[in-house]
Amino acid sequence: MNRRKVIHFGIQLVAIVLSFTILSPFLLVLFNSAKKSADIVISPIAFPRNWGQLFINLSNVIHNQNFSYFKSFRSSLFITAVSLTLLILLSSMSAWVLVRNKTRWSDIIFMVFVASMVIPFQVVMLPLLSTFRGLSDFVGIRFLSSYTGIIIAYLGFGGSMSVFILHGFIKGIPRELEEAAWIDGCSPEGTFFRVVFPLLKPVQMTVLILNGIWIWNDYLLPSLMLGLNGRIKTLPVAVSSFVGSYVKQWDLILAAAFLAMIPVIILFLCAQKQIIQGLVEGAIK
Amino acid sequence: MVEEKNRKIIAAFVLAFGTFAALIALYLDVFHREAQIRGGLLVIGLLFLLTGVRLYPVKNRKRMVNILFLLPLLAAFGITVLIPFVFGIFYSFTNWNGIKFTQFVGLNNYIQMFQAPDYLYSLFITFLFTVLNMTTVNVMAFALALLCTSEVRGKNFYRASFFLPNLIGGIVLGYVWQFIFNKVFPSLVKGSVSMLTDPNLALIAILIVSTWQYAGYIMMIYVTGLQSVPKDILEAAGVDGAGRFQTLIHMKLPMIANTFTVCIFLTLVNSFKQFDLNFAITNGAPSRILGAKAIASTEFLALNIYNTAIAKNQYALGQTKAVVFFVILAMVSMTQVYFSKKKEVEL
Repeated sequence: MNRRKVIHFGIQLVAIVLSFTILSPFLLVLFNSAKKSADIVISPIAFPRNWGQLFINLSNVIHNQNFSYFKSFRSSLFITAVSLTLLILLSSMSAWVLVRNKTRWSDIIFMVFVASMVIPFQVVMLPLLSTFRGLSDFVGIRFLSSYTGIIIAYLGFGGSMSVFILHGFIKGIPRELEEAAWIDGCSPEGTFFRVVFPLLKPVQMTVLILNGIWIWNDYLLPSLMLGLNGRIKTLPVAVSSFVGSYVKQWDLILAAAFLAMIPVIILFLCAQKQIIQGLVEGAIK
Repeated sequence: MVEEKNRKIIAAFVLAFGTFAALIALYLDVFHREAQIRGGLLVIGLLFLLTGVRLYPVKNRKRMVNILFLLPLLAAFGITVLIPFVFGIFYSFTNWNGIKFTQFVGLNNYIQMFQAPDYLYSLFITFLFTVLNMTTVNVMAFALALLCTSEVRGKNFYRASFFLPNLIGGIVLGYVWQFIFNKVFPSLVKGSVSMLTDPNLALIAILIVSTWQYAGYIMMIYVTGLQSVPKDILEAAGVDGAGRFQTLIHMKLPMIANTFTVCIFLTLVNSFKQFDLNFAITNGAPSRILGAKAIASTEFLALNIYNTAIAKNQYALGQTKAVVFFVILAMVSMTQVYFSKKKEVEL
């Protein structure tokens, strides 16, 4: 009995030490965002002397030209929200069509989607830029440095994985449901939007979270398509461009990092269960 | 009947207008008229065309809806993935400069690439990092998963805190860790210099951050696997006198073999593709002297491709490296498919 208690205590201790270690970088960000540059030099691990400094640093960073927090936050939010809405809608529509129509074409399209999941971003990023530049010149719509272009790019890159996940789920929905609606005089698109679409909610949640985290944190695509100092900046691009212009000013850099992290941390605290579940389910499929 | 006729007329009008607008826009495009309205006109034209097609009463309505449903995503997918992919492979055989190419160079890019010491070194260091990272992430993740499925109190808090680093972008975390390596560690160990100034230690630094960021995620997959092991079997083993360690080795491990395959391939692919942390922590520095030549010591393939094309402006060479990068990843994925198929047959 005693030995069991010792083991139990040991495990508890290990868990506490580990979680403290793993979370300590976040604490360091918080502490050092609340210090003056000189205080960081003296000791980067000490508790801040005056928490008021946190707000001074934050307001310096928020109003900085390179970072302009609220503007980049809004851009990130807009890009993520619009891409996700369209992605959920369009990939559900595509997956439904591909499941319910077994033809040679639907098989080929699905195979292409699945196969394309192997393609790493690096192999398409350079020609993507020139394709988009060419398209812009041709049709007269801005694809680079614009919301249109980057949202289309996220639809293209997120589409295959989303269709794949939704495809697997729709296969399990009994056909009879749709046939009943069809017999009652519902049009094909009506059947989809009124009957099928609401049933997809749980798996759409997975698609939403999987793509949402990725799009929100993505750096390479926006940095190439929008530019590091372009008109539109997402948060990761803004942080990078800020770091580039304030080299080694750690108090300000960490305050910027703090601001970039805080929305995700708040979201995680609110919807912890769904986020973990969504990301894990996405990986297993 | 009358209603259908009206509908037909309206649809025909909408269709005609859409076609007209789109054709004017295309005319302006093809003849390079720099009219500002052509983009808007094309979009409006296409929207009208789609509405017209949707309104038009035809017998095989279902088929039309199918096409309309597939088209938007396929179009986006085509211009962002398929076309650039095909062009990308094509460009790797030319002297492309990011905008245009003037001649075919055959396999020259590939030959030049495999003769460049910095590329060969990058290939080597990426493989090394992939193997190391795959090991550390999986060992760490499995240990954490065992901890989180034991009878420890406050499991949810531990799970959440181990998982958190995975949610923040690699770029932001990379800068934070750059601070930790450059300022915090030297202040903890008096007289030491930053790990990022030594080629070997810098690699270990990236390894630490990558494991820290990724282990929580893989841990959750192991947790899901461990929880799927039926409780009654474990209890039966307990009754038969099996200890904790024995149940782990002989019962749990074989039952979650599938989870191991998933996690190992997932970490393999993700370590190989590592870019964000690499870019934000070291960006390839410090340099290592190899045969009287300075080579970026921690430049993984993804970063090497980026720097070749964007920083050094050698687009064709960068693209060639990317094609090889793709081929390696495709081989890994095929191996994975082969393994999981084989397992299915065994089951």
